[in-house]
Amino acid sequence: MAHPKEPNRLQLNDQGRLRHFLTLDGLDRATLTEILDTADSFIEVGARSIKKVPLLRGKTVVNLFFEASTRTRSTFELAAKRLSADVLNLNISTSATSKGESLSDTLQNLEAMASDMFVVRHSQSGAPHFIAESVTPNVSIINAGDGRHAHPTQAMLDMLTIRQHKGAFEGLTVAIVGDILHSRVARSQIRALNTLGVSEVRVIAPNTLLPVDIESLGVSVFSTMKEGLDAVDVIIMLRLQKERMEGALLPSEHEFYELYGLTTEKLEYAKPDSIVMHPGPINRGVEIESAVADGPQSVILNQVTNGIAVRMAVMSMAMSGQTAAISAATPE
Amino acid sequence: MNIEIKSGRVVDPVNGVDEVQSLYVSEGKIAAIGVPPEGFLANEVIDAAGCVVSPGFIDLCTYLREPGYEYKGTVASETFAAAKGGYTAVCCPPETLPVNDSEAVTNLILDLASRAGSAKVYPIGALTKGLKGQQLSEIYSLKQAGCVAVGNSGRPVANLSVLKRCCEYAKTHEMSVFVRPEDVSLASDGCVHEGAVATRLGLPGIPVLAETVAVSQLSLLAEETGAHIHMSQLTSEKSVELVAAAKARGIPVTADVSVQHLLLTDIAVSGFDSRLHCLPPFRSEADRLALIEGVNTGVIDAVCSQHQPHEAAAKQAPFAESEPGVSSIETALPLLLGLERKSVLSMDMLVRALSAGATRVLGVKGGSLSVGESADICIFDPLAQWVVSDESIKSLGKNTPWDGIELQGLVKATLVDGHTVYA
Amino acid sequence: MTELLDVESLLGEICDDLSQHLVAKNISSPCVIGIRTGGVWLASYIQKNLGVSKSCGELDISFYRDDFTRIGLNPTVKPSSLPFETEGRDIVLVDDVVMSGRTIRAAMNELFDYGRPASITLVTLIDLDGRELPIQPDIVGRKLTLKENQQVKLKGPEKLVLEVTEK
Repeated sequence: MAHPKEPNRLQLNDQGRLRHFLTLDGLDRATLTEILDTADSFIEVGARSIKKVPLLRGKTVVNLFFEASTRTRSTFELAAKRLSADVLNLNISTSATSKGESLSDTLQNLEAMASDMFVVRHSQSGAPHFIAESVTPNVSIINAGDGRHAHPTQAMLDMLTIRQHKGAFEGLTVAIVGDILHSRVARSQIRALNTLGVSEVRVIAPNTLLPVDIESLGVSVFSTMKEGLDAVDVIIMLRLQKERMEGALLPSEHEFYELYGLTTEKLEYAKPDSIVMHPGPINRGVEIESAVADGPQSVILNQVTNGIAVRMAVMSMAMSGQTAAISAATPE
Repeated sequence: MNIEIKSGRVVDPVNGVDEVQSLYVSEGKIAAIGVPPEGFLANEVIDAAGCVVSPGFIDLCTYLREPGYEYKGTVASETFAAAKGGYTAVCCPPETLPVNDSEAVTNLILDLASRAGSAKVYPIGALTKGLKGQQLSEIYSLKQAGCVAVGNSGRPVANLSVLKRCCEYAKTHEMSVFVRPEDVSLASDGCVHEGAVATRLGLPGIPVLAETVAVSQLSLLAEETGAHIHMSQLTSEKSVELVAAAKARGIPVTADVSVQHLLLTDIAVSGFDSRLHCLPPFRSEADRLALIEGVNTGVIDAVCSQHQPHEAAAKQAPFAESEPGVSSIETALPLLLGLERKSVLSMDMLVRALSAGATRVLGVKGGSLSVGESADICIFDPLAQWVVSDESIKSLGKNTPWDGIELQGLVKATLVDGHTVYA
Repeated sequence: MTELLDVESLLGEICDDLSQHLVAKNISSPCVIGIRTGGVWLASYIQKNLGVSKSCGELDISFYRDDFTRIGLNPTVKPSSLPFETEGRDIVLVDDVVMSGRTIRAAMNELFDYGRPASITLVTLIDLDGRELPIQPDIVGRKLTLKENQQVKLKGPEKLVLEVTEK
């Protein structure tokens, strides 16, 4: 009988170390902690007068974005450059692929340019898995967000932010608010928080924005902010796309804000020392009140700084895992 | 031409036969079982010791891909693959290019099939012109040309009013209507079962509701119009319950399930393996068990292969963008034998689900080893092992999730009208 | 077979030599920086002994290794910590063992990313054969020649012990 393919058969090498970074599914606490610790070291690099280390010197990193995202692409680009890699940015619109060049053809062309790492953003869940299966062993794939599936570097920078402010994960209650259904960020955050051992992960949303069996991911479900935010340590607000008003998922931005927008009053339900996070870009007055976004409990700008360090950590770890796998395969 | 098939375990559910004995074929027909007819002199003796001798299998859903998609499969390649799988007849859906909505296309397919000389082909004509779901196709002409049923091949019909008229017109000409029950708006852009796996993978799901709503509507339409509606490829426990209830009320509905749905659940797609991208999707373990139970109780009339050969490129894409379907006609028997070895399915039920069940749905002859019937026979060794590979699979479509897996159960010979078409 | 060397007395000699060296070079307030992990323990001792008031710096050269593409990233990498400006300063760089010279090369590269020092004085406890780069320590505790199957390791930090072990 056919067996399901383990994601880790793809993303870990024989020594159990990262060689691709596709999903947080199946990665253990030690690996996630190693990512956070390595990222901590890179934060120090960012504070130097020369913010660059020679780790990926001579390596070529291709930012392969099938879905536009200037923010995410910029942080990956900066991370790669601070590791001294050469960076190529490719925005491949769906119109280019519909000209008849298949994804496989595109990949073969890029491999022929002797690339060492693809940072992939794609609108289809599982696209980075497919690419990781298609490429030769001397390319590592970093998932920069695929469909609704995963955005593992975003989740890890959020974990780094939480650790910086809360010290440890044990005992924390974390609430994720908003459009869980369409959110790859939420899926990766839920996985990371549970692996790192928080006490409770809550999701707060109307039923139309919750995927079926969300409880199976290890969360408790709330439909009101009053109950859901009660005594939480961390509040993560998700971005709400305007398209959600179509297709009968929500009646209006106004009603959403009234029920789920994070205002100064609703923030009172949480612990006084709770922190407020948002993956950005923020829709002020839709998901969050400006006073809260810019307030003392907001750590939104720390998230951006941490984004570069986490991406440097993941890129150097994957490159390290790739070269280890290759040298193990080719005896001297 | 006389053939003696010697010492095999003859399994013929229709006639309640299951014992080791000889089967005698004369001039393309079954001549006798057990005792040779008077004066029978065999021109050829086939030693079937250790093998099962059963009616040839009849498939309710085999995509032959020709005309139009010859890079995926041809009538010749896929009917040969069918014969290798033990099938003596296959129904091909109208989803060809051009669509099989005319006598000309039906004639072309039948002509190609007769020239290929492997398994017989029973075309299913298009229910609506171009499968567009708007206008009635020429159902009478299609029937005259040789179509055994009409269907819309998984494509939506504009609205219930059009579907009702289709049923009424099909009933006028006593043609069965094949429908894959699925509400298009509920299925939306889904590509997997809506459940925990879809939630974790972030893939758009198809709720069970998309199927059960359609099964309910179709049952009521069949009751209202009197048309025989065959529901293809059920996937869920609730649908089996709804079909059972409809049958209990005497409504003329039948149903099938694919072999794959008896074996796989949504867990299988956990690793985004596009070879397991299949529509309708694989559902939960409870659904899978209910489908097996449905076969055992006869609520589900037949087990089909839902054979969908693809060229390699069709599967080389991210999961949702890959083309759905499994090249399955050569693995159907060994996979079902796996269930038989686990005592989930009896040998009698296995053979019935692959042969007599389909003839009852189609209202055609065959499906048994009754004396006087066409000698459409499958001889298989239920214990022989083989490895699934690009070489061992004869279909042009190598898209099987069982690639590289050793399966047990191998067809030794397939006879159509007394001629060995595969051995 | 394990041979133990008296680290304390070696360090005493090093501090004396270093003081003379600094005086000769006319260096009055150097920054002491150790290379993780052994070098940091030694640097801390030297800094206290010299009576240089500032705390000492710690350098983790994991991001600067030239064998990254062969052996990968050290999973226990820690941030470097230099609690002072290095631009225009006189640096005393301390490591436990110098052999190939590659670690010192990496450390100097890293130091230059913090700023341009006025000078770097290299201090090592042990100087082994096998140099692959033109790098020589200014102050050495002991020159050693190991047999092919031997290796040397500094243990600490409570009591510094130098072990020579058979592989």
